[in-house]
Amino acid sequence: MERKRARGHTRRAFLSSTAVAIILGSVQRASALIIGGERPWIPFDASPPDVPSGAAPRRWFFFTDEEAETIGAITEQLIPADELSISGREGGCTEYIDRQLAGFFGNFDRLYMQGPFQPGTPEQGDQSSLVPRARYRLGIAALNEHCSATFKQPFAQLTSEQRDQVLTDLQHGKIAMRDIDSMSFFSLVHANTMEGFFADPIYGGNKDMVSWKMLGFPGAHYDYRNYVERHNETLDLPPVGIAGRPEWNIGKD
Amino acid sequence: MATKLPHTDVAIIGLGWTGAIVASELTAAGLDVVAIERGPWRDTARDFSIASVPDELRYVHRQELMLRTAQNTVTVRNDPSETALPMRNWGSFHPGNGTGGAGNHWAGITFRFQPQEFRLKSYLQERYGPTAIPDELTLQDWGTDWNEMEPFYTAFDRIVGTSGKAGNLRGQIQEGGNPFEGPRSEEYPTKPLRQPYGPVLFAKAAAEMGYRPFPVPSSLISEPYTNPLGVTMGPCTFCGFCTNYGCANYSKASPIVNILPALVRRQNFTARTNSEVLKVLTDSTRKKATGVLFADTSGEEWEQPADLVVVGAFTFENVRLMLLSGIGKPYDPSTGEGTTGRNYCYQTANGVQLFFDDKNFNPFIGGGAVGMGIDEFNNDNFDHSGLGFFGGGSIRVTPIGAAPISYRPVPPGTPAWGKEWKKATVKNYLSAMSIGCEASSYATRNNYLSLDPTYTDRFGRPLLRITFDFPENDLKMAQYCTSKVADIARHMGPRQMVENPMKGHWNTVPYQSSHVVGGFIMGENPANSCVNKYLQSWDVPNLFVVGASAFPQNPGYNPTGTAAALAFKAADAIKNIYLKDPGPMVRT
Repeated sequence: MERKRARGHTRRAFLSSTAVAIILGSVQRASALIIGGERPWIPFDASPPDVPSGAAPRRWFFFTDEEAETIGAITEQLIPADELSISGREGGCTEYIDRQLAGFFGNFDRLYMQGPFQPGTPEQGDQSSLVPRARYRLGIAALNEHCSATFKQPFAQLTSEQRDQVLTDLQHGKIAMRDIDSMSFFSLVHANTMEGFFADPIYGGNKDMVSWKMLGFPGAHYDYRNYVERHNETLDLPPVGIAGRPEWNIGKD
Repeated sequence: MATKLPHTDVAIIGLGWTGAIVASELTAAGLDVVAIERGPWRDTARDFSIASVPDELRYVHRQELMLRTAQNTVTVRNDPSETALPMRNWGSFHPGNGTGGAGNHWAGITFRFQPQEFRLKSYLQERYGPTAIPDELTLQDWGTDWNEMEPFYTAFDRIVGTSGKAGNLRGQIQEGGNPFEGPRSEEYPTKPLRQPYGPVLFAKAAAEMGYRPFPVPSSLISEPYTNPLGVTMGPCTFCGFCTNYGCANYSKASPIVNILPALVRRQNFTARTNSEVLKVLTDSTRKKATGVLFADTSGEEWEQPADLVVVGAFTFENVRLMLLSGIGKPYDPSTGEGTTGRNYCYQTANGVQLFFDDKNFNPFIGGGAVGMGIDEFNNDNFDHSGLGFFGGGSIRVTPIGAAPISYRPVPPGTPAWGKEWKKATVKNYLSAMSIGCEASSYATRNNYLSLDPTYTDRFGRPLLRITFDFPENDLKMAQYCTSKVADIARHMGPRQMVENPMKGHWNTVPYQSSHVVGGFIMGENPANSCVNKYLQSWDVPNLFVVGASAFPQNPGYNPTGTAAALAFKAADAIKNIYLKDPGPMVRT
């Protein structure tokens, strides 16, 4: 049931943000349409993603403000702003993670989560009974507890040097956490931050395709027949996302 | 209590490559076929749109096209002394789901196995002596041979339009093809793909070293092609969203591209999707299959009676269904007795990463089977005297695409985050490449499949348990072959190169290959195999179990071409031998 609700929510979030000058009912009745300013369909319409899109109104779907602040502070250390790009936080990684946690990923809906849960060998992989929502909730709380005990301040209030030190310790399992394994918490946040920064912008991160421009990745280009034999050449193809490219929306704000 | 459905001639389990091929061949012969598929119906036009398919998060990281582990997974351990635990998220391999199966998200590399493979044990004993094979290995002959297999490889090539260049046409070695392939009766249906920079640079270096590079045989086609079923494909656009994705261009062959559009229109074909087969039913003699039992999404159970049952699911589910249905005797590694579950093998994945300063590979241009390879160090193409191992690998450069959640090559020692991480990521993104070596996996006594004693699926049925670790033989082979790859890499003059031979225990977490084979193997006699050379069960003659589950071991090639050829072989035997005289087609 929970999944169904998430799905309905998704569609509403999409629709409330779209500039299509029609209402859903008229689409379903296949009446004559006037289409302008936006294509009259939504990517994945036949099989929508379970998470709100990047176009959804900005608010937290899962995080509390304090949790979002902590994750934002982590993502700007993992992917710092420099001459190469804006930071992970500025690129929308916190919004991305929040929305992933609100969707099927956050609850491991697709994964085998039957017990008994028992620790195995490293080769047997992740055997934790905690789903990502629990891992974030417990991990953030434990991280801030550690920082408060050590620095008298939560993680987000630390200096950049202090944050880097804490994250390095977390990464190497040097911080003992209650209820959650610190290394696996770090690796989850690290993996999700990278996903957010490098995924298609429709998921809420990779703002303005910043990471793709940084690397020279053309994104959802889909046809390189004219380029395959242009060897060892810098192509400088402007990236395109699933929702298109901002330059295509001529005459819009 | 299951509801009994009307009788059909043939019930087929699974609509991936093997199920779709058998369904196509048998409906064309006039039989009524009901195919039962545990996943959804998938269609290129609806499910794989150019506008939305290039989504790395959805297809690679959230595994959109893979079987949900919540529905069914496996338990894993390295050794019979360990307790197996469930694979909760697919790691090492990617089983598919829905029509097309893993044939939607596969890479498309379409090798044929070599003639000597089909009698590997006999061949190695003839060449190296009767005691040369290491004791740990349980290699076997397949019970068939090249002459019996070649027509069915050709049948598959015609269906998928395989692109490539013949290296051996009716015994004549051809310039530009793979000189180690078995004699082909015809040229590839479509010409080789054009090549990006990485494969061309590799092929040049390999040729300078005296090797004979060839375009990797590919089910990504190079030009428009209409197959014998009347289905038309378009040329590959090198989009780089290939392995793990469905193809929106009708360029990568798949059961949903090449077979189902024709099959679904036949009046004697019915597909039941989102329907999971629970077991193959047998009569009281246990010598005759009477049909299959399956459950729909509501959990309601249905019985499909049939004269013939063909099992064409993924390797894991083929073997699990046989264990759950009590077909054959479960293999016991402590005694070596029993055949169901024995000779489970994998693929040994190796590679060398190269970092350059002065090159731009544009790594996003490519596809799962766009590339160049050499075969000098594969299987028994080199002299193994005194090496202490058998087997080898297909060495090749196949840039599959460079979507950057996954593809961010950096030299070892680079931090995983922060300023230095970012600098190294940007520096190497366009200028790195890798050479892969997809190598053989040979059977041992302790690598096998069985039912898990603890973990169950949503119906309460035991999960399949995998007991697997890399044999010493294969680890030695990995070291040797990777050193040969490194020689070529060095000749290409990179700033830095990193050798990655397979080592240590099988780790279930990182993706390696979905080439899981064996467990219900074919062979010459029922003492050490489960099906005969027609994929017919030794114990239940109206039951056929088709797929890579029949491989007694795995050579250094991708398995799909051979799994598909075996499906054509089984269908041909059913049509031309079995129907005329139902019963065992090989007498022992």
